[in-house]
Amino acid sequence: MMCPSFELQPDEQALLDGADGPAMQLAMKLVVQAARIMAAPRLIAASFAHIDACFYAGQVHVDFARFLLENDAKFAVPTWTNNGLASLEKPELRAGRGDRETMDGARELMGLYKDLGARPVWTCAPYQLPGGPQLGDQIIAAESNAVCYYNSVVGARSNKYGDFLDVACALIGKVPFARLHTDDGRRGRLLIDTSSIPGEFKREDIFYHLLGYAGGRLSGSRVPVIDGLPRTANRDNLKAASAALAAAGGVELWHGIGVTPEAPENSEGFGSETRFDLTMDDLAQAREDLTTGRDGQLDMVALGTPHFSLSEFAALAPLLDGREVHDRTKTYVSTSRFIRDEAAKRGYLAPLEAAGVEIITDTCTYFTPNVTGCAGRAMTNAAKWAYYAPGMLGVEVCFGSLAECAESAVRGEVWRDEKLWRHLT
Amino acid sequence: MTATIKAQVLVPGTASAQVCALGEPLSFWGGYDPVTGTILDVRHPQSGICLAGKITILPSARGSAGTPACIAEAIRRGVAPAGFVLGTPDVNIATGARVAFELYRADCPVVCADTDDYDRLACSAALEIAADGTITIGET
Repeated sequence: MMCPSFELQPDEQALLDGADGPAMQLAMKLVVQAARIMAAPRLIAASFAHIDACFYAGQVHVDFARFLLENDAKFAVPTWTNNGLASLEKPELRAGRGDRETMDGARELMGLYKDLGARPVWTCAPYQLPGGPQLGDQIIAAESNAVCYYNSVVGARSNKYGDFLDVACALIGKVPFARLHTDDGRRGRLLIDTSSIPGEFKREDIFYHLLGYAGGRLSGSRVPVIDGLPRTANRDNLKAASAALAAAGGVELWHGIGVTPEAPENSEGFGSETRFDLTMDDLAQAREDLTTGRDGQLDMVALGTPHFSLSEFAALAPLLDGREVHDRTKTYVSTSRFIRDEAAKRGYLAPLEAAGVEIITDTCTYFTPNVTGCAGRAMTNAAKWAYYAPGMLGVEVCFGSLAECAESAVRGEVWRDEKLWRHLT
Repeated sequence: MTATIKAQVLVPGTASAQVCALGEPLSFWGGYDPVTGTILDVRHPQSGICLAGKITILPSARGSAGTPACIAEAIRRGVAPAGFVLGTPDVNIATGARVAFELYRADCPVVCADTDDYDRLACSAALEIAADGTITIGET
């Protein structure tokens, strides 16, 4: 298991021996331990990090960050933050629903990472912000959709780094040279052919969510190559597919022939046992699995998982312009502060706020405790939200397109665009 | 009769406790409660079982980025397994146990067994893990 030739450079050994203090020593211990378990021959330099350890799950998160701060730890690479459990802009969200210690801890933790020098972008879709990593960059990512998007759509290289190890690698500025950091680790391991899906359906947003869910179930943690995607697939489509592939299967990298930067060179040589033909039946099953509630009155509409993009705001604004969401239907859009501000500048925000839509920043809406305690039936346009929310929040979920969600929010009950779904019946 | 087996040490430590062998992989983030040490995942065949103080044997963990924090938090609260014997090396479990050791000096060894040994260990009632990875199977 351990690579027999694993060796540390003198400066790496010095950190491990405590030359830069106990915080950097702890970071190096975690990195070296991971390298040994992953059988990496050496560490390599990374140039960017997006960390998840700022999302509170217990006092240990706070103790770890405080230990780093008290012992003068410094990030070696630009380090951006994932969502927190709390919204610093809207402290009332989730307040009173978890125990007090949890929400206080969540806010304290976010403050500690700011003090440590992380850039507080508080988003699960950091790839929507300018200045991020590029094709071929070796990086550190942790949140499952961000790992999958960076690897697949951007072509940057990261394994999925769990809590603490993400921070440790960012402090050291190095990662174990293993798995998705290597050329061999990035080769496709199974082929998913979508040629039997009608081209017309592939132009719909819902296709990419359903594809991601169905593809994730087929792939597990392997690297899938998806053939037959239209070149018109946009960044929102690729975000939806990446998030669903990661949630439903644990996919950290996928290749889309003709649409992602490392295909098709990583797409050859599949045996018949690793080829799958994706059918409309598979997508119908995905839709079924993502819909746990029956149609009817709606308590909540949740958009923006992963965080809403500028182009998604541009699509939603005209759907709700001059209209009002129903009194009984709380309607949320989760996004980053950066995208929210950009949307405001372009005039997308005003019609949404006038319609009664609440914009949520810094956090996400599918985690427990529920952001406002709203229960019952929820509708979402995101496969990832639909996958997690029934277990996390105890709500019924109806999955639908962005247009269906907007119309349903106004009507206060689930509305279906029969034309959209006729392919799946 | 006692027997000994040599396992790969991921995180050193010592433990001597009864065994709880999990039949299926578990996600310690979302599927496990670090406040009580019990399995929450309703789809897991051993849902509801408490792992506190047991040497927990499992084929592999489901890979969630939140796993290390849940393991370390359970150790901090004193409700974690006494130690882990894995069938597949796991960076997340090892990271969680290491952080708890470094921050709280709390011992929770993590070792990985060969396939042949794994099945034997999973059938045993009680084990002792030594710092060098030697596992002693107690009398059954």
